[in-house]
Amino acid sequence: MRINESTLVAAPAETVWNYLADPENYLRFMSGITHWEVAGDRPNGLGARYRILLGVGAAEVGGLVEMVEWNEPFDIAWHSVTGVDNRGRFRIREERPGRTRIEYRLAYGVIGGGLAGLLTEVAAVYPMRQQMRRTLRQLKRQVEHEQRRLETERRRGARRTAVS
Amino acid sequence: MYYRVGRPRGLAERAVGYARKRVEERLTARLEDRDPDYLREALPLLWLLSTFYFRAEVRDLGNIPPDKPVLLVGNHSGGNIIVDTFVFSLAFSTYFGVERPFHQLAHNLAIAWPVAGGMLRKSGTVSASHEHAEQALEAGAPVLVYPGGDWETHRPSWKSGEIDFAGRKGFIQLALDAGVPIVPVVSIGGQETALFLSQGGGLARALRLDRLFRLKVLPISIALPWGLNVGDFAGHIPLPSKITIEVLPPIDLEREFGPDPDPDEVYEHVTSQMQEALDGLAAERRLPVIG
Repeated sequence: MRINESTLVAAPAETVWNYLADPENYLRFMSGITHWEVAGDRPNGLGARYRILLGVGAAEVGGLVEMVEWNEPFDIAWHSVTGVDNRGRFRIREERPGRTRIEYRLAYGVIGGGLAGLLTEVAAVYPMRQQMRRTLRQLKRQVEHEQRRLETERRRGARRTAVS
Repeated sequence: MYYRVGRPRGLAERAVGYARKRVEERLTARLEDRDPDYLREALPLLWLLSTFYFRAEVRDLGNIPPDKPVLLVGNHSGGNIIVDTFVFSLAFSTYFGVERPFHQLAHNLAIAWPVAGGMLRKSGTVSASHEHAEQALEAGAPVLVYPGGDWETHRPSWKSGEIDFAGRKGFIQLALDAGVPIVPVVSIGGQETALFLSQGGGLARALRLDRLFRLKVLPISIALPWGLNVGDFAGHIPLPSKITIEVLPPIDLEREFGPDPDPDEVYEHVTSQMQEALDGLAAERRLPVIG
């Protein structure tokens, strides 16, 4: 099953990328996440690994994922290594100056799960989609807040330069 | 003449030998019978049942150390259809991944069931013995035991909120021998999947079931689809009772009770901690079955 959600944020792609590239931020915006831990030596970048768990229904689902695409400032993609099979992507595209679309894609499934596997995939669509929407809402709020902070800093710096 | 006498005897011996082998095979479950791929493929069905039928909730799995063997000690509920074990297995497997070995101990009769026995083996269940548990712990796997066993799982439904290990302390020696901490796992809701009336301990003794099959009980319940259900040997259809499970912090026996812990003191400590947590879970429930 593949779910795709997107949002438009009032920030350039660079700000979005910098926010998404920092693993410490994920616990702040990922909805339903119960565990996010860097697993390995690399905190981010291609090949970085994280142990992620997401509360879905009666279980915390997830496992070890590995970053398989790290294409600054356009794409971050991951695949599961252990745990429930899944792959995901944040696709970042600046539609016009200062306005960036973030697409959040998630595909999951259980190979060999039979009819129950199929039913589970369908039953999980609604809660997963709701979580992805909440994630994007929180991400938009956080990134736009970060952008306002950067702009304020820039204005303050410009004023200081003008006074001196 | 020699052949006439000898041949039937050989056949009979072979038949008895074959039957014995089959029974032994059915009663034996090895650690390596666990099959992670089978578990992965079984997770969707367990998730569907746990989420929509039992509205299950499993709390504080993070209390289980991620990389060490531990002895998980649970209260047993639900008669022979141990719903909370299935819910816990799902939660454990999704939280730590099916790749992490995890074993449960079960009564020989459960392992010997024609279809369910095979499924239990593949999901990591081994027949209940000190030796099997020690082997699993030595191999680095968490092991789930239910000291209360058949006695506790068939307790009357109105005693759902009581921990009753019937004074069985073998799990303490097991943890000490293996040098692993005890992690209590408390669950509620399983005893509302049927109306359990009595353990039938006296009846089991009268029929010598304890000597013949290691059965201390001959439980009596009212359960689907049988109505009056004596023995629960064929299981029952569980009512959709809400299952809530809580994992308590690990208890390091040597650190808390010194190098030579007194089993009575440890038993008292573990059961009182579990009772306290179970009281909390019971207080959250407003209605039977619905939760």
